[in-house]
Amino acid sequence: MRCAERPEGVEVSAAEKNRMPADLAPAVAEIRDLKVVFATDDEPVEAIKGITLSAYAGEVLAIVGESGSGKTVTANTLLGLLPETATTSGAVIVRGRAGDETDIVHADHARMRRMRGRDAAMVFQEPSTALNPVYTVGWQIAEGIRAHANVSKKEARARAIDIMQRVGIPDAATRVDDYPHQFSGGQKQRIVIAMALVLDAGLIIADEPTTALDVTVQAEILDLLRTARDEFGATIVLITHNMGVVADLADRVIVMYQGDIVEEAPVRELFANPREEYTKKLLAAVPHVGQGKSADGPSSRRSAPRSGGGGDPVAERAQRDEAPEGSLIVASGAEIGYPGRFGRHAVVAVKGVDFHVGPGEVVGLVGESGSGKTTIGRAVVGLTTVLGGSLTVLGQEMRGVKPRTLTPLRPQVGFVFQDPATSFNPLLSIAECIAEPLIVHGRASGLQAARPRVNELLDAVRLPTSFGDRYPHELSGGQRQRASLARALALDPKLLIADEPTSALDVSVQATVLELFVQLQAELGFASLFISHDLAVIDAVSDRIIVLQQGRIQEQGTTAQVLGDPRDPYTRELLAALPVPDPVAQAERRAQWEAVRRH
Amino acid sequence: MSIPDSYDEMPTPQTSVLAATPVRRKRWTERVPVIKELRQSVGLQRGMLITGLVITLLFVVIAVFAPLIAPYTWAQQQTADGHSFGTQQAPNALNLLGTTVSGFDVFSRVIWGAQTALLVIIAAIVCSIFIGIALGLISGYFGGWLDRLLVVVADAIYAFPSLLLAIVMSIVISRGQSTLGGGIMATAIAITVVFVPQYFRVIRSEVVRVRAEPFVDSAKVIGVPTTRILLRHVLRNSTRSLPVIITLNASEALLTLAGLGFLGFGIEATAAAEWGYDLNRAVGDVTSGIWWTSVFPGVAIVLVVLGVTLVGESLNDLADPRLRLRRRAGGRKKIAAATEGAKACDALSDRRESK
Repeated sequence: MRCAERPEGVEVSAAEKNRMPADLAPAVAEIRDLKVVFATDDEPVEAIKGITLSAYAGEVLAIVGESGSGKTVTANTLLGLLPETATTSGAVIVRGRAGDETDIVHADHARMRRMRGRDAAMVFQEPSTALNPVYTVGWQIAEGIRAHANVSKKEARARAIDIMQRVGIPDAATRVDDYPHQFSGGQKQRIVIAMALVLDAGLIIADEPTTALDVTVQAEILDLLRTARDEFGATIVLITHNMGVVADLADRVIVMYQGDIVEEAPVRELFANPREEYTKKLLAAVPHVGQGKSADGPSSRRSAPRSGGGGDPVAERAQRDEAPEGSLIVASGAEIGYPGRFGRHAVVAVKGVDFHVGPGEVVGLVGESGSGKTTIGRAVVGLTTVLGGSLTVLGQEMRGVKPRTLTPLRPQVGFVFQDPATSFNPLLSIAECIAEPLIVHGRASGLQAARPRVNELLDAVRLPTSFGDRYPHELSGGQRQRASLARALALDPKLLIADEPTSALDVSVQATVLELFVQLQAELGFASLFISHDLAVIDAVSDRIIVLQQGRIQEQGTTAQVLGDPRDPYTRELLAALPVPDPVAQAERRAQWEAVRRH
Repeated sequence: MSIPDSYDEMPTPQTSVLAATPVRRKRWTERVPVIKELRQSVGLQRGMLITGLVITLLFVVIAVFAPLIAPYTWAQQQTADGHSFGTQQAPNALNLLGTTVSGFDVFSRVIWGAQTALLVIIAAIVCSIFIGIALGLISGYFGGWLDRLLVVVADAIYAFPSLLLAIVMSIVISRGQSTLGGGIMATAIAITVVFVPQYFRVIRSEVVRVRAEPFVDSAKVIGVPTTRILLRHVLRNSTRSLPVIITLNASEALLTLAGLGFLGFGIEATAAAEWGYDLNRAVGDVTSGIWWTSVFPGVAIVLVVLGVTLVGESLNDLADPRLRLRRRAGGRKKIAAATEGAKACDALSDRRESK
């Protein structure tokens, strides 16, 4: 539905009535011609440019879009959570289960307070900050109950225990007195959802409810939200950038782009037949497990002949965990962590891993948070300490190494950081940042002398050379990450460590950065340790995959083998929990995942 | 209001499109610390800042042009042709603000006092800022036992009343009283002892924050030598809050100077004019109804401290996006950004970033 075609005024047109579900029940949440403008230090920014949408009872309405599309602003408007700098016009109506309407834009404080929690509730992105750390979770759930109904403490507590049981917190009767830090991230998100459900809110606004969670936990939370819809009859407005989550949970999808609605369709229709060009591009940019290097088939597992030896023998050797001659990284029983200070014990994050990275091959390191994947990556460049075993990088043993010893090694190892926004010194221009390694290692006397090479590098990462004169904040996220790649490649390294290089980027940008990475790797032939939590991203770039869980390697093998025929139960669970951006296939996978989980 | 017809541009505009649009370079008025804040400010905060700036500028102008403004020198007891002022004279044509118990011209001493005050403020800040920054940088970046030691020392200095420390220092340095140059330096160094821990702490905490930023890690991984990391990557990103502390310390320096002078540890009356000393000498006058000897130096101290503090406090508020007032989009009302707004603004900040 294109807003531009909507006639002026706020009456519901005939065309719109046709679109409504058959029962024609009034929408639980209705937004008409909403405009939101924010005051900033510069010009005012129009975040929402006049959108109209409705969410009907018992459906999951997903609002998807990339950063800056206005999806979070839309969600916050529904609860009246916009900051003082925002000016809102239009109508936002939330209807409670009792049938009373609240006009968010014009309601006063008392009215809003009555509406929040009872009619509409919010599930935030980061469950650890959504709960107050100094109160027990039971108290926090009861607080919501007592704010809206006149019940005794005892009664409120009983209801808190009941709802905790229903959202799947085991042993709720005793855990009701626990503090938020005593729960895991997934359990905390369950409690936040319980707080929304306990008041029987008709509308639950879930703003990226699973973004901060691991993929296996994400699957469980999505399942719980589905329960909220099916058993509690709640309407869920789901804000997300993850197409897999949309495919898994949503009934209807609204695609937003720069403050406007691009397309609105039932989920299956949207994925099968996207009408708008933008939606098509967005869907095409989402990486898919099974469409990357794992799809090349076993014959081309290790297509690069320069890596010494052809297909099968290498693959078998890899599975036997023997490092071939000339491997750039060899770890055997490596324990990595943080040495204890002032008599405290050392924290061991990686508990004895054996792996290797051969010349010219891309090894994907995948695992959930706390698995130690970043710790390994940082240890390779000496940013974390090797406490035991052995980790050899380019022939240099990293255990007990002095920073000075590493200096000659630096030019041969590049590192791409996770967040391109913070990995550049904000006060230096892009050219100065890229020239830094050249100057420090004496390849150029100064910025002027380094400039030709800098331009060459910018060109290699498909950035115009004029970008060298810009400052990091004047580039978009994807461009900064490409510049970061240019900096890492400045000295023509043999080895590149990429630590979640695309996790801070939007999907469309992620696709271009990954493509660039694969191209450059093929051209320059560097070996790489590619760290990511996303199996689909790993699939797009890696020749081999190492699956980590809590500091231990669960499985390693070629991409095709690990993703096509996982042997370890944990890998199988990871794969099954990953939602695919296709509602039909995802429905099957969900059934599979439930089967895996029951084991 | 309508959405674009083609989606050639994804939310991040294509690189070729961006390359064609030149980046708007910031004018100098948007970069120089105080002027940048003046442009940003709005409403009450703007009023405070302008008031502070006017008072401070007036103070500096008077200090610089004191020889032209003041009719007599600070230690003159008679006119050039030998006509004596007399002591404790009420304001008259010869002595616009009257004379002191020692027969000095009050107006001249107030004007010359501005010069002394400015010199002490500058000397105190220059002395303390370099030591404070250097110590903060090293302590914050390397950490370890040196850091712990310096933090304990800084805390220990905090534990003493600053005026007491300044008195001890002024006795050690100049045995109490001295000439203009020596007196100013003694006072400045006494104040430095009190200020170094402040700069140390502020710079240290910024360095500790910046040290954890990925761009410092990235410099390490590239193999940048430590001194270069410190100067080029860490220090330049750690000086954000310096303008605020400098202004706030300037007013404190003046108060310490006046306090020292009032207690008799300042600069001799014949060496330079100093407001605190004048107040000290005026104590006896107050009971006998001679108001002009105390009111004018006192007002001078209050005004300068007020002006400099106003500048400092406004800079402090304007530096914090949560405290900064903004014009409401499209309206006349001014509002303060609420803290909870940060989340809702993610769309905004993304856009501002990509500009």
